[in-house]
Amino acid sequence: MAANRKSPLPDAEQLMTALIKQIKGNIKPGTGIIGIFTGGVWVAERLHAALGTEVPLGTIDIAFYRDDYVRRGLQGNVKPSDIPFDVNDRDIILVDDVLYTGRTIRAALNELFDYGRPGCVMLAALVDRGGRQLPVAPQFVGAELKVSDDELVSLEREPDGAMQLSIKPRAEVIGKK
Amino acid sequence: MNRDPQIDSNGKLVHLLSIEGIPRDILISILDTARSFVSVTEREIKKVPLLRGKSVFNLFFEPSTRTRTTFEIAAKRLSADVINLNVGSSSQSKGETLLDTVANLSAMHADMFVVRHSQSGAANLIASNVAPNIHVINAGDGSHAHPTQALLDIFTIRHYKKEFAGLRVAIVGDILHSRVARSQIHALTTLGVSEVRVIAPATLLPSHLSQLGVQVFRNMTEGLRDVDVVIMLRLQNERMNGDLLPSAQEYFKNYGLTPEKLAVADPDAIVMHPGPMNRGVEIDSSVADGRQSVILPQVTFGIAVRMAVMSILAGQSQ
Repeated sequence: MAANRKSPLPDAEQLMTALIKQIKGNIKPGTGIIGIFTGGVWVAERLHAALGTEVPLGTIDIAFYRDDYVRRGLQGNVKPSDIPFDVNDRDIILVDDVLYTGRTIRAALNELFDYGRPGCVMLAALVDRGGRQLPVAPQFVGAELKVSDDELVSLEREPDGAMQLSIKPRAEVIGKK
Repeated sequence: MNRDPQIDSNGKLVHLLSIEGIPRDILISILDTARSFVSVTEREIKKVPLLRGKSVFNLFFEPSTRTRTTFEIAAKRLSADVINLNVGSSSQSKGETLLDTVANLSAMHADMFVVRHSQSGAANLIASNVAPNIHVINAGDGSHAHPTQALLDIFTIRHYKKEFAGLRVAIVGDILHSRVARSQIHALTTLGVSEVRVIAPATLLPSHLSQLGVQVFRNMTEGLRDVDVVIMLRLQNERMNGDLLPSAQEYFKNYGLTPEKLAVADPDAIVMHPGPMNRGVEIDSSVADGRQSVILPQVTFGIAVRMAVMSILAGQSQ
């Protein structure tokens, strides 16, 4: 039903190129990249390939650290977190697709610190849509968007790997669950 | 009124009482969640904050060290507070009823009961009488069910064999008295395992087995032929003294898992046992410690599976 809506959204592939450009030259060798499931992992995979770092890619599913577990329980299919390198004293770039309230990032930081004590932790997001509820700020961002609280922005990935952003009324998305 | 008390009106799992009645998609979501907890238990800090502030009461009316310990570890790794009660030695011997014991503990703001009882149906009775925000896990009731054991068994099978379809699984031993076997059979058939076989002497076979969709064998070498998974059951010593079995030696000769008997199974067949094992009674040491044994990984997976069950149940509180 939202098919005819004039999309205010930028092209995800262009944002990806912009994000890679920002980060390239700004990271030390040995920096670890950790994507947050699901969309953040897609972005992190692309970053990891483009930056050519020798440290393997890490992934985090924050389901066990969410602050709304008591209200909502475990949602959907929890995927195993996998950080295949020692985080102690290592610089880390946490990667998410859409940065919003900051609660996901808080949960990811809590989980990350259960793996050890990292050095500098930076945040990269394809899109910052505003609406922060916690003191969280990204170091690297593809684009900033102004989006109403009634709408949800999400990243989708085609079978061929191409990514695109979509926007839907919040009620429609929550109703489906 | 006949509704399964473990599933609420929205189809969510609110208690875990038996595998019977749990739909396939819930079983799969427990297994998927457990896989994520395996990676938690491999970390430096083996703890997540999900059940912080919750109180889990281990209510053991029947002695058990291993099961109680794995539940305790699972709850602690979810950051819950755990209270262990060996009820057999306290209130019950003073004459308090089961439901009075539970009502008293509920008044102490329990959030979850893990119940082991020698009477079949004890966990169901408790689940039917607690407040809606309290969850009950059956940790073994009489000869009825032991659902978390069955869940960790199917988790182990999935870990090594990936898919359930096409598998041949044999369960060997005292099927008659085994709550583990009953739960395993329900789990395996729900998940679409092609062939579930049970192998036992006639005196240790229940009468209604054909209704459960299993094949019955009295002979080990026939029953084990080409199987992918062998699940050995513990032979309880007290069964030896009755009329059911002549002697431990005789049992081992016919039903003990030896390398020779295992040789007729698939070469990559895995050997499982819920523990504690009786070496030289139902299983030969060279098999128990051999290449195909996954008995110790079962114990490790058991913690992740119990963490998954607890976190799914506690997440359904409103």
